[in-house]
Amino acid sequence: MILDTSAFVGPYPFRHLVEHGVNDLVRHMDRLGIDRAWVGHLASPWHRDPAPANQELVHALRPLAGRLAPVPTILPGLPRWQDDLARAREHEAPAIRVFPGPQGLAAAGPAVEALVRAAAAARLPVLLTVRFEDVRQRHPLDHTPDLEAAAVRTLARLDPQVRLLVTHADAAFVEEVHFGLTPDEARRVLWDISWIWGPPDDHLARLLTTVGGDRFAFGTGMPLRLPDGPVAKLDLLDLSATTRRALESGNVLGWRA
Amino acid sequence: MLIDVHAHFFTERSGRTDWQERNASRLAAGERIGVTAHVASILGTWGARSPVYFPSPDDLRHANDRMATMCAVHPGRVFAYCVVNPNYSDVALAEIDARAAAGFVGVKLAASRRATDPLLDPIAEAAAARGLPILHHVWQHRWREWPGQEASDAAELAVLAARHPRTTFILAHLGGGGDWQLSLRAIRAIPNVLVDLSGSGIDCGMLERAVETVGVHRLLWGGDVTQDTALAKLRYLDTLGLAGEAMDLIRHGNAERVFPAGCFR
Repeated sequence: MILDTSAFVGPYPFRHLVEHGVNDLVRHMDRLGIDRAWVGHLASPWHRDPAPANQELVHALRPLAGRLAPVPTILPGLPRWQDDLARAREHEAPAIRVFPGPQGLAAAGPAVEALVRAAAAARLPVLLTVRFEDVRQRHPLDHTPDLEAAAVRTLARLDPQVRLLVTHADAAFVEEVHFGLTPDEARRVLWDISWIWGPPDDHLARLLTTVGGDRFAFGTGMPLRLPDGPVAKLDLLDLSATTRRALESGNVLGWRA
Repeated sequence: MLIDVHAHFFTERSGRTDWQERNASRLAAGERIGVTAHVASILGTWGARSPVYFPSPDDLRHANDRMATMCAVHPGRVFAYCVVNPNYSDVALAEIDARAAAGFVGVKLAASRRATDPLLDPIAEAAAARGLPILHHVWQHRWREWPGQEASDAAELAVLAARHPRTTFILAHLGGGGDWQLSLRAIRAIPNVLVDLSGSGIDCGMLERAVETVGVHRLLWGGDVTQDTALAKLRYLDTLGLAGEAMDLIRHGNAERVFPAGCFR
């Protein structure tokens, strides 16, 4: 079973996307044999109030509820943001998302910390996105800072129940966080593989050895990035069937439980 | 046949202890992907003794020597670009002359001098005279200076290419992190610029737009520093419904056309 932990639907503010609907997502999933996806709303990180987009997301995914799960965006600091978190649980969201950069929040500031603590109490993993686009291709008005590794370390240390799934991180970022945490803290963090380089530098192969094969999850970044990327990364590795299954879904499902 | 028009190798002077492992990894991944020809360069000492994008004459001679060795060790599988730094015109022209005679198949310009600069003119002429394409490092939409390189963007490469219509230019790594939409617009009407699809970027829509904007006759497949994304793009191209002939052009036909005749046979 392949579970895409980092998919989106919806438009992107800085680039026209030809395919950003639910049907587009499903078509690509079918094409690549991706069984399930955790799906966020791509425009919601820039919304002053993400609740309407979350509602739209839940509604759009409902016909494919067994396959597509909503991952709502929460904006901590917004009045009654806790209601949005409660709503995420009602909708059986497998996780929530917060985007400190686009949302104008300090990544390890009090608002994000409060959300991460609340999510931990609710046993909900928090998805953090390091970046949507490479800094070299940003729109001139897109000054969104990348998520900082230091913030991930701070958040991971908040509570033993914290679960962070960090997407779109490169190898240096992963290493800086992983080896800056105790083994117990490091187990609270999973990484999606979508931005980690394959050969010839073989960053992913190295990380699977040094950080551990149990710390990574499959993610694509659709519809911003071709979902063929992470599949190709796995195909270019010499993986046992067991390890591949763990990367494709086992790690994230076991970690959530 | 599958030709990677944008490959790199390392040497013992590249400042990394794993240089042999990286070279071996590129070749091994190439085998898995089905690459039949790696057209490669070594950018000096990759920053160890002179900057990556401003290689010293000694470093680029060393790099070109090592590329010659790679070609000799892997005949018919590895092919070489001659790396030059336009700030050392005499050295650059002498290198092109000597390396072309030795069987190098192209010229690689990194980012040592802006593409619009007259210092690039003799290099463009020398390449054309020998039938060698120039792979030009491009920062897709350079809206400011970036440290470590005097990068050019596609609009600047287009100026150079328009000045040298007999020279074939390859715009490097469309997926190399930048505004590829701007690049495609900038070179659309410049027929002697082809587009190398390499780079770690695998933005949705990029390949469709490339096919639409410049056409399959001007697209070249390559990996640069991430062969995984190259494989992803190759697979995705296969799903676009292009005719078999079109895919063959991207996989190898266009490369066979712009590199010296018969070099890949």
